[in-house]
Amino acid sequence: MNGAWFDIAHMLAGGLVLLSLMLLYQDRMFALLNVFALHAVLLSASVAWQAQIQGAPHLYITALIALALKAVVIPVALRRIVVRLGIHRTIETVVGIGPTMLAGMGLVALSMVVMLKATAQADPLAREDLAFALSVVLLGLLMMVTRRNAVSQVIGFMSLENGLILAATGAKGMPLVVEISIAFSVLIAFIVIGVFLFRIRERFDSVDVSALDAFRGERR
Amino acid sequence: MPVAMALTGVAVLLGAGLLGIALQRLPGASRLVYLICFVACLAILGVACAELLAGTLPAPAMRLPVGLPWIGAHYRMDALSAFFLVVVNLGGAGASLFAIGYGQHEKAPGRVLPFYPAFLGGMNLVVLADDAFAFLVAWEFMSLSSWALVMAHHTDPENRRAGYIYIVMASFGTLTLLLAFGLLAGSGGGYAFSEIRSAPAALPGVVLILVLIGTGSKAGLVPLHVWLPLAHPAAPSHVSALMSGVMTKVAVYGFVRVVFDLLGPATWWWSILVIGLAGITCVLGVLSALMQHDLKRLLAYHTVENIGIIFIGLGLALAFSAHGMQAPAALALTAALLHVFNHCLFKSLLFFGAGAVLNATGERDMEHLGGLIHNMPLTAFAFLTGCTAISALPPLNGFVSEWLTFQAILLSPALPSWGLKIIVPAVGAMLALSAALAAACFVKAFGVTFLGRPRTPVAADAHETDRASIAAMFAFALLCLLAGILPGLFIDGLAPVTQALVGARMPAQTALPWLSIVPIAESRSSYNGLLVFAFIAFSTLLTVEIIHRFASRAVRRGPAWDCGFPDPSPATQYTADSFAQPIRRVFGAVVFRASERVDMPPPGDARPAHLSVIVRDLVWEAFYAPIASLVAGSAERLNRLQFLTIRQYLSLVFVALVSLLLVVSIWS
Repeated sequence: MNGAWFDIAHMLAGGLVLLSLMLLYQDRMFALLNVFALHAVLLSASVAWQAQIQGAPHLYITALIALALKAVVIPVALRRIVVRLGIHRTIETVVGIGPTMLAGMGLVALSMVVMLKATAQADPLAREDLAFALSVVLLGLLMMVTRRNAVSQVIGFMSLENGLILAATGAKGMPLVVEISIAFSVLIAFIVIGVFLFRIRERFDSVDVSALDAFRGERR
Repeated sequence: MPVAMALTGVAVLLGAGLLGIALQRLPGASRLVYLICFVACLAILGVACAELLAGTLPAPAMRLPVGLPWIGAHYRMDALSAFFLVVVNLGGAGASLFAIGYGQHEKAPGRVLPFYPAFLGGMNLVVLADDAFAFLVAWEFMSLSSWALVMAHHTDPENRRAGYIYIVMASFGTLTLLLAFGLLAGSGGGYAFSEIRSAPAALPGVVLILVLIGTGSKAGLVPLHVWLPLAHPAAPSHVSALMSGVMTKVAVYGFVRVVFDLLGPATWWWSILVIGLAGITCVLGVLSALMQHDLKRLLAYHTVENIGIIFIGLGLALAFSAHGMQAPAALALTAALLHVFNHCLFKSLLFFGAGAVLNATGERDMEHLGGLIHNMPLTAFAFLTGCTAISALPPLNGFVSEWLTFQAILLSPALPSWGLKIIVPAVGAMLALSAALAAACFVKAFGVTFLGRPRTPVAADAHETDRASIAAMFAFALLCLLAGILPGLFIDGLAPVTQALVGARMPAQTALPWLSIVPIAESRSSYNGLLVFAFIAFSTLLTVEIIHRFASRAVRRGPAWDCGFPDPSPATQYTADSFAQPIRRVFGAVVFRASERVDMPPPGDARPAHLSVIVRDLVWEAFYAPIASLVAGSAERLNRLQFLTIRQYLSLVFVALVSLLLVVSIWS
């Protein structure tokens, strides 16, 4: 019984890492949004499974919030933004897909090494979970660094948040307040960045952040 | 109880600072503030003296609920801090008495009155502190208030530059002290001195080097002395006296406290470092002093030399105690601490004299002075006493402490390690050289300033200074004489300090007949200041009497002698530069790359000939100029970081995070 629980939790968290790696090489807007929605669904499944095996019913609420907000509301809203901005074309990555994927794999390996070493005495379930969460966070950061488009940077940021939630729910006894606050912070970040997108669009007629740099008199 | 009384005195001083802010516009404000400072310093001095002589120390510690909430601030008075309280408050009382008169002439009292009592209070707090946090806060408080005083006359661009260099050096010194205390406290974070004492320090050698840099930069050890000759003269004269005579001693206190008290048993190579630096400091300090013609800057450079003498004594004490030779260590430490006391006396006295001259003539440049002994006889007499004392002439106090230092140096052949056996006599030779050069330096300072004929109208019109200033100068001159002829009293007063720090004391001196002092054994050496004084007084009186009795008062006619000045212009006299020229030629060519250039116009050209002397500061060029250009250059390059794109900033964060994680994964 215990073994199966462990394996399922492991599979869900590993699936999140896999989806993060998929996010890295999606170079079309809608595909990116779809993968992100899938990412959020998997996150909510993982959180729900954690609620089940930890016997912590409040985590179901977190899972529900994640499902509603990140798998439905935000992707739909972002899709509308993308349509309204008219940028549903190919997006360019700054670095090529091959190097990005290699860097992503390196990051996953790094977070495994760090986490498994640092948490030698911890509960094995929490250990694996934390290692996966750190990989998701690092991959989200890598995505923010390698993308030039503001919308995909937002998605990178939110996948990073997903990693944080995965870490928070993996540790036993985390109070609900924290998760709600994290969810809300993501919502607020989404609103702020959304407003920013329209502002950028209004001012510069583009959501390419290099327009901002050009405005500041910089060149790449 | 004594700690509480001393802290009350400090509170009064800080209150006087606030009073200075409130009353700065009133005409009598400076007199009132300085009077309060004088009384408060005398009170703390009395408490510290009584405790030191009664031998009841260490007094129980006090904890004040200020500072960090879970630590508080600990204050304590043991023999060492009581001795340094005596030095600080003696200097402070003298400077305040001097300032009762001198401060009247201050043009901007609002820039001096609030900071002067705060400066005194800060120095007292450093000496009283019993945990690293209280110590560092008081140290920085002292630095900042003295910086404000250096900047009191900020309209002069030279003073602004002095203030800038001072605050950079002071911050750097505090930084190294912070690191030193961090190492001393260790990872447990026990910042109280009692906890540091009981736990062995990690990396004691590194702590010693950090403390040597931190306190040495405040005291003026070469090559950290560059700010001192700039900042000390820039302040008002009573503050210069405090900075030179007292604040450098507080730095010595910091060194003694950490190295002898907190750091645990000494290692012999530490002493080589300290003694070597101190020897270089001595010679370079006095040679630089000889090159100056600004009176206050000359005195400031001379402080560097005296700090060297003190650190030679401290280094010897370290060397002896590292080899378990407690009695010689006590001798060397006593010599150093006695020189701390003596230097406080005569350097304050000399700065008071320079202040009186500055007040009377508005000049600090000796080339514009001369002949002041006619108009300022009392100041001249007091200044001469200070010059005699600082030149280490018997029967005054400077001789006693330098003589004791030499006695300690003469014991060095008994040291087992060969490095010390070779280096200590060499440093002894440097000390002897600097003692001789110091005498030359003060012949120059006194002769060019007070003797001869006035070189400028302001020097001719000088007038004697006010009574409070005279009283302060004569009180210190009298103390110089007393400490010179009764050294046994002072040596015995230091016994509890050396007992606590190196575990031994010098033999009791007051029990000896005729007030002699015998540092080791009668067969080796002894000195009797009273006897020398009596002999000098007696022989002088006898000579005067013989001359007056047998010399004829009849008018005689003879060939005219023009006293060596065929030209009546005062410009034909020896100047400060010309007096120093032989020494500059002998030593300056190596130490300062000094060169002279004569610009002689061809026959028929009416312009005057010119002799220009170029003296280079090699310490500045070797240590400071590269650092300054490095900092400026890297700041210029790092400036680009302000103009990165958002994605580049994100990349920086990302790279920093990943490299930290890599460190974590590789390290453990």
